[in-house]
Amino acid sequence: MVRIPEHLLEAIRQYGERTYPHECCGFLLGTWEGDVLHVQQIKTIENAYEETARTRRYLIRPEDYIQTEREALEQGLDIVGTFHSHPDHPARPSVTDLAEATFPDFLYMIVSVYRGHARELTAWKLAPDRETFESVTINQEVLP
Amino acid sequence: MNPTRLTQYVRIQIPAALRRFTDQQREIELEAATVGEALQALAARYPALSSHLFTPDGSLRAFVNVYVEDTNIRQLEGLDTPVKEGTRLILVPSIAGGHQ
Repeated sequence: MVRIPEHLLEAIRQYGERTYPHECCGFLLGTWEGDVLHVQQIKTIENAYEETARTRRYLIRPEDYIQTEREALEQGLDIVGTFHSHPDHPARPSVTDLAEATFPDFLYMIVSVYRGHARELTAWKLAPDRETFESVTINQEVLP
Repeated sequence: MNPTRLTQYVRIQIPAALRRFTDQQREIELEAATVGEALQALAARYPALSSHLFTPDGSLRAFVNVYVEDTNIRQLEGLDTPVKEGTRLILVPSIAGGHQ
């Protein structure tokens, strides 16, 4: 299960809308508390693919990972996952998402954006056998 | 044992997404002379980690980047890159995907 404040979910949706028809991407920063992942910040990252590929793919450079990891550690956080958008496609992991998947505890959030408007937002993690993605329940936090 | 062989202790920084395999350790110290030896030693110490770093044929998975300090080993000598005492290795996953 992942806990994430409502305003961060909204920020992901809005970023997906701003970058439409391109795929957006970014990092999820937070901590593990037992089996519960607590996302506390997001960091948007510019899609590193060339213009023509951005409507169907996203790429984050390793240099961006290293820089973000340093920033996270300074705040006592870790990179715990990533998010990206699927313009005009469902918020379900694609064959490409599975082929490019990294580690089982790395959270993948996907927001579908149809005609510029964000719809479904889902969370996934790679199964231990690396053969498929497993759905992760999003527990939305409403902060006072 | 080859008495002329020199090995050093290097440190590997473990990403949060792999720490369940390393007893939650953020950094592991291992004896190795090259980057490849360090990764093999890591996989030997934590066998459940191995399949997420290496393919079934033993190659480093394509999405796994290894940095020696601030340089990707692909710009050095790959897994044969020598390491020195105290060298810090960072495991950095390539993050990519998309709906097609």
